[in-house]
Amino acid sequence: MAIIPTQPDNNARRRVPDMTDIAERGLYEPDHEHDSCGVGVVANINGERSHKIIDQSLEVLVNLSHRGACGCDPRTGDGAGILFQLPHDFMERAAREAGIELPPEGRYAVGMVYLPQDDALRARCEEIIENALQERGIRFLGWRDVPVTPDAIGDMARTVMPAIRQCFVEAPEGSADRDLERRLYVARKVAENTITDMVTPENRKGLVDEFYFCSLSARTIVYKGLLISDQVKDFYHDLRDESMTSTFALVHSRFSTNTLGSWKLAHPYRFMAHNGEINTMRGNRNWMAARERSLESDLFGDDIKLVEPVCEPDASDTASLDNVFELLWMGGRSVEHTMAMMIPAAWYGHESMPQDVQDFYEYHGGMMEPWDGPALVAFTDGRHLGAVLDRNGLRPYRYWVTKDDVLVMASETGVLEIEPERIKYRARLQPGRMFLVDFDEKRIVQHEEVMERLAGRKPYGEWLKENRLLLEDLPTPDAVPGVDLETVVTRQVAFGYSQEDLKLLVGPMAANGTEPIGSMGNDTPLAVLSDRPQSMFTYFKQLFAQVSNPPLDAMREELVTQMAVPVGRRANLFDETPTNCQLLRLDQPVLRNGDLARIKAADTPAVRAKTISTLFPVAEGADGMQRALDRIRDEANQAAEEGYTLLVLSDRGVDSEHTYVPCLLAVGAVHHHMIRTRTRTMADIVVESGEPREVHHFATLFGYGASAINPYLALESLAGLRQLPNEDLEIPEQNEAEYNYCKAVVKGVLKVMSKMGISTLQGYLGAQQFEALGLSQDLVDEYFTWTASRISGVSIEEIAGDIIANHSRAFPEADIPANLTLDLGGLYLWRGTGERHMWNPDTVALLQDASKRNDPAVYEQFEEAANNEAQDHITIRGMLDFKFDPEEEIPLDEVEPALEIVKRFATGAISLGSISRETHETLAIAMNRIGARSNTGEGGEDPQRFTPDPNGDSRSSRMKQVASGRFGVTAEYLVNATDLQIKMAQGSKPGEGGQIPGHKISDYIGYIRKTTPGVELISPPPHHDIYSIEDLAQLIHDLKNINSDARIHVKLVSAVGVGIIAAGVSKGKSDVVLISGDSGGTGASPLTSIKHAGLPWELGLAETQQVLVENGLRGRIAVQADGQIKTSRDVAIAALLGADEWGVATAALVTLGCIMLRKCHLNTCSVGIATQHPELRKKFAGTPEAVVNYFMFLAEGLREHMAKMGFRTVDEMIGRVDKLKQRKSTTHWKANKLDLSRILTLPVGIEGDTSYASQAQDHGLENALDHQVIRLAKRAIEDREPVSETLEIHNSNRTVGAMLSGVIASKHGNEGLPDDTIQFTFKGSAGQSFGAFLSRGVTFRVEGDANDYFGKGLSGGKLVIVPPEGSSYVPEDNIIIGNVALYGSTGGEAYIRGMGGERFCVRNSAARAVIEGIGDHGCEYMTGGRVAVIGPSGRNFGAGMSGGIAYVLDEDDTFAKRFNDGFADLETIDAGSDDAEELRSMIEDHAQYTGSTVAQRLLANWDQSVRSFKKVMPRDYARVLREQAEQDAERLGTGEVTQEPKEGVPAHG
Amino acid sequence: MGKVTGFMEVGRKLPKRRSVSERVHDWQEIYLPWEEKDAREQAGRCMDCGIPFCNNGCPLGNLIPEWNDLVYHGNWEEAIARLHATNNFPEFTGRICPAPCEPACTLTINEDAITIEMIEKAIAERAWKEGWIKPEPPETRTGKKVAVVGSGPAGMAAAQQLNRAGHYVTLFERSEYVGGLLMLGIPDFKLEKHVVQRRVDQMIAEGIEIRTSTNVGEDISTDDLLKEFDAVCLSGGSTVPRDLPIAGRDLDGIHFAMDYLTQQNRRNKGQEFSPEETITAEDKNVVIIGGGDTGADCLGTAHRHGAKQVIQFEILPRPSEERPSVNPWPQWPLTFRASAAHEEGGVRDFNVMTKEFVGENGKVKRLDCVRVEWKPSSNGGRPDMVEVPGSEFSIDADLVLFAMGFLHPQHNGLLDQLGVEYDARGNVKTNTLMMSNVDGVFACGDMQRGQSLVVHAIASGRMCARAMDLWLMGESRLPTVRGYARPVTHLESKEGAPA
Repeated sequence: MAIIPTQPDNNARRRVPDMTDIAERGLYEPDHEHDSCGVGVVANINGERSHKIIDQSLEVLVNLSHRGACGCDPRTGDGAGILFQLPHDFMERAAREAGIELPPEGRYAVGMVYLPQDDALRARCEEIIENALQERGIRFLGWRDVPVTPDAIGDMARTVMPAIRQCFVEAPEGSADRDLERRLYVARKVAENTITDMVTPENRKGLVDEFYFCSLSARTIVYKGLLISDQVKDFYHDLRDESMTSTFALVHSRFSTNTLGSWKLAHPYRFMAHNGEINTMRGNRNWMAARERSLESDLFGDDIKLVEPVCEPDASDTASLDNVFELLWMGGRSVEHTMAMMIPAAWYGHESMPQDVQDFYEYHGGMMEPWDGPALVAFTDGRHLGAVLDRNGLRPYRYWVTKDDVLVMASETGVLEIEPERIKYRARLQPGRMFLVDFDEKRIVQHEEVMERLAGRKPYGEWLKENRLLLEDLPTPDAVPGVDLETVVTRQVAFGYSQEDLKLLVGPMAANGTEPIGSMGNDTPLAVLSDRPQSMFTYFKQLFAQVSNPPLDAMREELVTQMAVPVGRRANLFDETPTNCQLLRLDQPVLRNGDLARIKAADTPAVRAKTISTLFPVAEGADGMQRALDRIRDEANQAAEEGYTLLVLSDRGVDSEHTYVPCLLAVGAVHHHMIRTRTRTMADIVVESGEPREVHHFATLFGYGASAINPYLALESLAGLRQLPNEDLEIPEQNEAEYNYCKAVVKGVLKVMSKMGISTLQGYLGAQQFEALGLSQDLVDEYFTWTASRISGVSIEEIAGDIIANHSRAFPEADIPANLTLDLGGLYLWRGTGERHMWNPDTVALLQDASKRNDPAVYEQFEEAANNEAQDHITIRGMLDFKFDPEEEIPLDEVEPALEIVKRFATGAISLGSISRETHETLAIAMNRIGARSNTGEGGEDPQRFTPDPNGDSRSSRMKQVASGRFGVTAEYLVNATDLQIKMAQGSKPGEGGQIPGHKISDYIGYIRKTTPGVELISPPPHHDIYSIEDLAQLIHDLKNINSDARIHVKLVSAVGVGIIAAGVSKGKSDVVLISGDSGGTGASPLTSIKHAGLPWELGLAETQQVLVENGLRGRIAVQADGQIKTSRDVAIAALLGADEWGVATAALVTLGCIMLRKCHLNTCSVGIATQHPELRKKFAGTPEAVVNYFMFLAEGLREHMAKMGFRTVDEMIGRVDKLKQRKSTTHWKANKLDLSRILTLPVGIEGDTSYASQAQDHGLENALDHQVIRLAKRAIEDREPVSETLEIHNSNRTVGAMLSGVIASKHGNEGLPDDTIQFTFKGSAGQSFGAFLSRGVTFRVEGDANDYFGKGLSGGKLVIVPPEGSSYVPEDNIIIGNVALYGSTGGEAYIRGMGGERFCVRNSAARAVIEGIGDHGCEYMTGGRVAVIGPSGRNFGAGMSGGIAYVLDEDDTFAKRFNDGFADLETIDAGSDDAEELRSMIEDHAQYTGSTVAQRLLANWDQSVRSFKKVMPRDYARVLREQAEQDAERLGTGEVTQEPKEGVPAHG
Repeated sequence: MGKVTGFMEVGRKLPKRRSVSERVHDWQEIYLPWEEKDAREQAGRCMDCGIPFCNNGCPLGNLIPEWNDLVYHGNWEEAIARLHATNNFPEFTGRICPAPCEPACTLTINEDAITIEMIEKAIAERAWKEGWIKPEPPETRTGKKVAVVGSGPAGMAAAQQLNRAGHYVTLFERSEYVGGLLMLGIPDFKLEKHVVQRRVDQMIAEGIEIRTSTNVGEDISTDDLLKEFDAVCLSGGSTVPRDLPIAGRDLDGIHFAMDYLTQQNRRNKGQEFSPEETITAEDKNVVIIGGGDTGADCLGTAHRHGAKQVIQFEILPRPSEERPSVNPWPQWPLTFRASAAHEEGGVRDFNVMTKEFVGENGKVKRLDCVRVEWKPSSNGGRPDMVEVPGSEFSIDADLVLFAMGFLHPQHNGLLDQLGVEYDARGNVKTNTLMMSNVDGVFACGDMQRGQSLVVHAIASGRMCARAMDLWLMGESRLPTVRGYARPVTHLESKEGAPA
């Protein structure tokens, strides 16, 4: 009966992707694979077991299948599975059939095991497992082949399928329950470790890829595999058996970025299923490893040593989460206790969380750092079932309970058909909250109660009071090091300061308390290619979140962040004693001199600091540095062993004889050494250094394990700066200056953390969210272990060389009069003797001259100047050379014509607003003339531009961008595009939102963006409808629905793992993926981001090509690259590395007159490009001709390269890295150390795929419900005849209404149809994005409920949602729509009879909405429209809200606590006022459309009701309204009554 | 960065000049002092560009945005430090530089440039006034001895830099005054000589030995020179003037501009000349041949002599007022320009070629000239000059001054004795480290690069000093100069790695 193929299917049609080789030689880093998914639970709260529960959960799984994904083989999924209680009846029978007699229930356990297909290996593994069990006194009973149907699954899944067997074991005498589980755990770990130790390259496939324990427990069992949701039941025969019963079942459908999913990566894991991503994973794993030495448990006894390593090697983030969860649970903690430790709520500074709960979190925070990242985790130990949502609520989770006590939880509503009358209530899991199903008590225990129970376990608060110290508890030190202005400059030189550091970074931070802003991109050399001394920090590039998890907005959503850290010696993780919190809590990690002096002066069990000098004799050179490193590590280790709790790595005392080990190197060395020697949790690292001065420096130090930093020289520098008169940069007195500076650092670091989606500093410590660029692999392995580093480079010798070079400048034998003591820098602004820049006087001038006069000879000079600059050690591509074979050369006229090639060009996403209208339109005209693409950027587009000019020119950008702010993203905007680009990240500031200063929001810009003129605009760091890869797939689907002719692009930024993301994007059906380099331009970004975030496109593009080709995903997606591409040589290299298309932005602006003033953020662009100032705009002198000339030059230049290499078409050359070689530099001491071979690895493709874009994605639009809707509404669309229909709807019907709106907008523009022309009623559960971009004239009514993104981008339509007929619950107490409703709406109305989730009306700019209760972050970033919340509202309401008005019911007068007053004020409403009338009419409409009893109650006693409301009024909006009123009054006074329309702004705007 | 919106609020405004009627009667400089607030307001126009093309336009790489900002904020002392970091003699370039930085200023794309040169002068003068410019001798001496031959701006700069690096410097000057053309060539109304002298005094106080009236090669043999010094810097300028060997050249009243100008400068210093020696324009019809700056200097000098009429001929066409399209920003504009001297009178005539000097009694009385046209060259090279038929004309002249530039340095004497090689134009040929074929003998300034601007001379002198220091010591901490080859920081390892 068992069908176990022992050989891979010989008929497999395709090569199975095998990424091993490309991981070794290429750029693929398996560590960066991501997944996220749909999670579902069905449970009978009463504890009754049934097969129906399993059946229903599998139905849920199937209905979540659109959240999963498929690779190049449509029948091979990314994984699906189910976890439930061990079904005794079934097992007993099944075992018997296999010849095994089972003991009574509870006395045996079943293991679900993947085993190698190879018979010999399998036998070996089985033997090891049997032995491991027997050795622990567990009697082995036998094996059973699990019956499966391999034909039910995809070819590729089948090819890599392991043998699947169950083992049966008997509990030892006297061992039951947890003790039994613990013994099983130890035995399993022993078996796993034994097998891991046997791994050789030959047996790797069998022992690593195939061997795996899905579960081994007396309580639960897991059936999973590389399956699609609907295959689970067909594949596993067992699941169909009626005797399979359980009280609950947990299911999971996986969407992963990688293609060759692996069987073992499917969820659920042994205790949990997870939708999300642990951003702090690298740190968590390291900390866990470090902690292993201190683990002690009576329960385990000596066995505790056998479970190391706790975290399985080569595992996913969820696997590690599961591993540690398992350990803690085995150690005696309950599931909820364990979860509260690992994924704590945001407790720090919470305004209403009970103190004892905060104490609980703080106490446990001292033992374990948060596992931070978007997470919905459903967990169980077989007896208890729970779920927790991360502090940000970044994953949806809806649940509902029936009257017969069945609980259904899932990522979506509507996944299980349940008649409305059976529903008791519908709810959702809220951010940071947990709930538990207590099967004993037969009820759901809500978060408050769970936490109350946990907080009451021990007197945590008292323990903290007695043991935990704050800085102010420490003794006042005798002496505090002060400012020494005499030597400050000398030391600045020694520590590599430049004048720019002081003037552009440190000074403004001290003056304003914020990080300075700059503009345009980075065009300076990589650290390893610069010929000037580099600080260690510059070799590290910040990583950032894109697609698979969202970055945070630490400014607007500060409530989830925490910069306080506990420091000191960590106690045994299993203990719960008062001394476990014997730690020092630093409320922020940047120490002033006095703070550090206190720490050094203290001598308590919690705080005993040992200062370790990082200096070494300069005369000893690089050897001296190496010796110092060894010494520092030893001293650190020894100090920890001696009982010191803090290690202060100090470089104080640099003098003419002594220089320092770079503090980052020292920190990395100590951190990793102590992890290896398992002393790391015995002491924390504090840095006392003259080096750190800018945000990036601090971020790297924290990222590699420093807990606190005293930047003494930066602080002293403030005193020096204050002595210079400068009214634009007034440095306050020292105390305030230091305060401001530290504040700016902390804010800046928080921003760096939030780019990666990490919200607590404690989680960020040691999380190593960086990629090293240009450091030797040996150095990285030794001191920055596990850091991604893909081009090897310099070692200690070169690093020491730079430090010594600075030292010798600081301490020369004699001073040379008139010499500048401090280096100029020239990193941010070009200087003749400063750092090199690709854009310099020569390149700018030559390009302008060549393109203006269309002079090929001058263009030639430009190419030469630009390429020389690049080759002179600025870029990676400069280090590459073409391989020409004279025999392959072909005549130029055989090469594809330039007019065809130019169509592959695009200009960058530069918004109208960031640049002037003139510039924006000139670019569009130019690109349209040559059939290429210009890009709107994130600023909307004037509808006037959709009509061509009389001369035939079109000012409409073919590419329309959809970014996180959704400014001006209307239905009409979307249909007037051939390409729609989803901006996930921007090269100059990946992981951050956009910002455009208020002075650039002119009336016109405000009109286009539908925002208030003069008010700064913020684009959120994340798209609030993209928190995961499946969300992105959803937005792609939305956009494809509204404009199916347009290609959908996803814009990513290069970083390690971008290729893996690109694979996910390809699987998510994007038509184009753009890999942006780190060096692209910007209108305004923090300088830290411009310089230190992201990586060059060469790396990202090569990785993308390798991963896509190896996975057979390449042909169905076009790849574009951009980021300082400026010459045809750049274009040719991009093509050879794998780009079908190329983006050019800065250079295009230069042809229009940009001279790199880098003043975009100041609105003072003197050439009229990056400004909205009317006088400056007049100075714009660019022409479309110049742009066209330039792109033709580029294409012609490319043709010459093609001819020389023998390529007739561009397609032929794409991905041909074999035509590139690394140039051996003979003149650069560092560049010679570079190794680019991993970039130049040629990937192996899969049959049927191509290495360039060759086929279209299958978007599956044919299934859209809108086809039916459009058919039914035909008369209305064409003849405006009213249409009214009713349809059934399911959660699998996604994006309903978008296609219809596309049709209407194409025909009627944004004006749409007369109100209510098309009226549809839908019955059932609406899928995601219901009513997206709904056009005016369409009214959709839902009787049922709806999922996330309800009314996304509402564009004039009307939405009504009410509970289904027959439901008996109270609508206003129940959830009816999901998260992020009405995001980015540009018009229309919505009436919601019930509650919504988090982030209601985020970035609403015009919609009018009434709802009966909402979650956190309501009306965030709202810029217009009206919102009435006539029920409860969550925390952080109105953050970043700069326009529109919200009315919030506040009957118990508590709203002020939950309201974010950063941008708006709260006002009361007077009865009879205009506000009151407006609110009343909204509530009246709501009552009319939904029959809301809440509305009726409020209206019944209106004068009293109105007093219970608060009005949320954005301050800027109020100011602008006031100004307008004053202006109007003035006009009236002067008799000038009619208001002149402002330039370009239609009077009705 | 100056004032963010400064350039939008304030236009370019130079300090006032003295009236023509007043200034043609004396030899003093023509600019009136600048109010501090005006200077600061002008400096506030600077945009602190991402790419300061001015910094690139300045051969010295002056840190223009830096000091504009400092001046705007009234931080004059820091401004002079920043200025001295790249320029030894800002009070010279602040007066007599054609300021290539200004047409490179990004504002000139559609506005008037920042008054960079005047701000430079204001900084320097403020610094002198405040006593901030003091002798700055080196802290230690290397023990090396270097000779700098020729005390023009290149030699002065080289000498000061070499001395700062700690070498013992001897500066040789064959005339009786230190400063070369600064002292003797440039008229006082452009550069008053006390301005040069106070610098010379500073250099002496810093420990530089100056030997005037010493013609190396005559007064001291080159062998002795090479024996006495560890290295030699040749900075004798480009002194052989271009002649016009046509009929009548030998007539009296025809002089090289430099003879005319130096005599006046000497006269201003109190030296007296016999009537036979005296060259004056008083009551004369003066014709200056050559339309450049030296010609303009002659013109200003002639007016101050009380010339009857002054005519300046240029063989090239009159440049246009607008930039030609092939000469876009930020290139040096090939447009018509007038110096302050041209305000004072005189006639400028272009496309004029002198065919013959006609005289009476051995004295020049008349020039016979013809108009020329410039036709595009058939082979793509320089345009061909063609005489316009029938355009011959004559003009009266009692004094003719040749201001047609210089060919190369004087070969006979010092250079030939040293045995240095020459380049194709007759200048001293050097390698990338500015060393001639003779080991330890370096060259800079006009002697090395041919006739050029004072700003180039200073830059070249600074660069040469650095090269010599490198050569002498193996490394150098003297600063590099923009506009020259990228720095070689270390002699032994040219790869740039620190030893």
